[in-house]
Amino acid sequence: MCDTCGCSTDSGAVLRKPGMTDYHIHVGATGHGDTDHHHEGDHNHTHEHDHTHKGKIRTIALEQDVLQKNNLLAERNRGYFEARNILALNFLSSPGSGKTSFLEKIIPLLHQQVPVSVIEGDQQTTNDADRIHALGVPVIQINTGSGCHLDALMVNSAMKALELQDNSLLCIENVGNLVCPAMFDLGEALKVVIISVTEGDDKPLKYPTMFHEADLCILNKIDLLPYVDFDVRTCRENAMRVNHHLEWFEVSAKTGEGLGVWQEWIENKLRQR
Amino acid sequence: MHEMSIALSIVETVVSKALEEGNGRISSIDLLIGKLAGIEPQSLKFCFSAAAKGTSAEEALLFIDEPEGLGECGDCGKRFPVSFYYAECPECRSLRVNIVSGKEFLIQSMTIEEEGE
Ligand SMILES: Nc1nc2c(ncn2[C@@H]2O[C@H](COP(=O)(O)OP(=O)(O)OP(=O)(O)O)[C@@H](O)[C@H]2O)c(=O)[nH]1
Ligand SMILES: [Mg+2]
Ligand SMILES: [Zn+2]
Ligand SMILES: [Zn+2]
Ligand SMILES: [Zn+2]
Ligand SMILES: [Zn+2]
Repeated sequence: MCDTCGCSTDSGAVLRKPGMTDYHIHVGATGHGDTDHHHEGDHNHTHEHDHTHKGKIRTIALEQDVLQKNNLLAERNRGYFEARNILALNFLSSPGSGKTSFLEKIIPLLHQQVPVSVIEGDQQTTNDADRIHALGVPVIQINTGSGCHLDALMVNSAMKALELQDNSLLCIENVGNLVCPAMFDLGEALKVVIISVTEGDDKPLKYPTMFHEADLCILNKIDLLPYVDFDVRTCRENAMRVNHHLEWFEVSAKTGEGLGVWQEWIENKLRQR
Repeated sequence: MHEMSIALSIVETVVSKALEEGNGRISSIDLLIGKLAGIEPQSLKFCFSAAAKGTSAEEALLFIDEPEGLGECGDCGKRFPVSFYYAECPECRSLRVNIVSGKEFLIQSMTIEEEGE
């Protein structure tokens, strides 16, 4: 049960805004248009059931992607972003790799030139949204409750509540989790995976789906390299084995090292649109 | 646990399809889950029974086909079995391997049982 309004939506996500205690919107189920699509090739096999059926058994073909509903909505989000020239980035990492710290550092570098807004995803609290709010940019928090990832519907609701500007940058910080956020398209232009030097250089091999889906990888906390057993080259090679298109950056969100290179890259992306 | 939200979306899809088709009881569901899709079939089956409670899919049996991973070398074109996203071409040692099969994640079909007259 929701502890703010007492409603009984156990699994639903909730939108919240820093400094607005009354602001509390449940991400509801919306209607969805199912489109049928077919795949080539027939697949025939029979199942042996050992119980007897009372009624008539009928087989219905679906040939439908399990994540189709999410994928369709993600495409709608993507169309909306493209039409309004909004560059949407989906930031993904294990808990604590430094997603929020990275945003706190790069937003002040960028928001003089381009409007920036942020969607924060966490199971509970508005802590991360509060940190972004302190920078003076529009932010909304999605609390997923028991959910371990953001989905396209949550982002759809959040982006409406945010009143995004044309020609802007939207940073979406996903729930800290290297597994399932990789499977849920949000409609972003690019997936950015962050790992930190305290996590082990075999991370890309342990969580290949995430690194396979990502467009760029940012290695964070390089200020700690002298103190940990982490081989940057090995990590980079591992990441490239999983995804040879991956763009690679090395930064410290603490000292600011390497952020200039990334800033140049993102400014270039923003110009190319 | 992402298998739970996936189980819920499978239930939602098949239940609404069954409703369209005249609201029979769903007796089985055929899924295609590639070995590289990142889904644990056992865990999905476990979540499915919880997710389907009280719906027309409550008693449905899940049949899961798991196609093996297949890679294709981006340099020499050779096709070979892969069990991870990262693989090396056995022919030319290239790491530019594209996954051509094993990522499937489909609800293929379902059977519904109409109540006997
Ligand atoms: N030394 C060092 N510490 C860092 C760096 N970046 C982040 N941290 C610290 O790492 C911890 C986690 O940082 P966050 O930015 O909250 O990480 P996150 O990925 O947003 O975490 P979740 O949202 O909980 O998944 C904090 O204590 C940060 O101060 C860095 O570059 N160097
Ligand atoms: Mg954070
Ligand atoms: Zn509520
Ligand atoms: Zn999840
Ligand atoms: Zn999960
Ligand atoms: Zn080859």
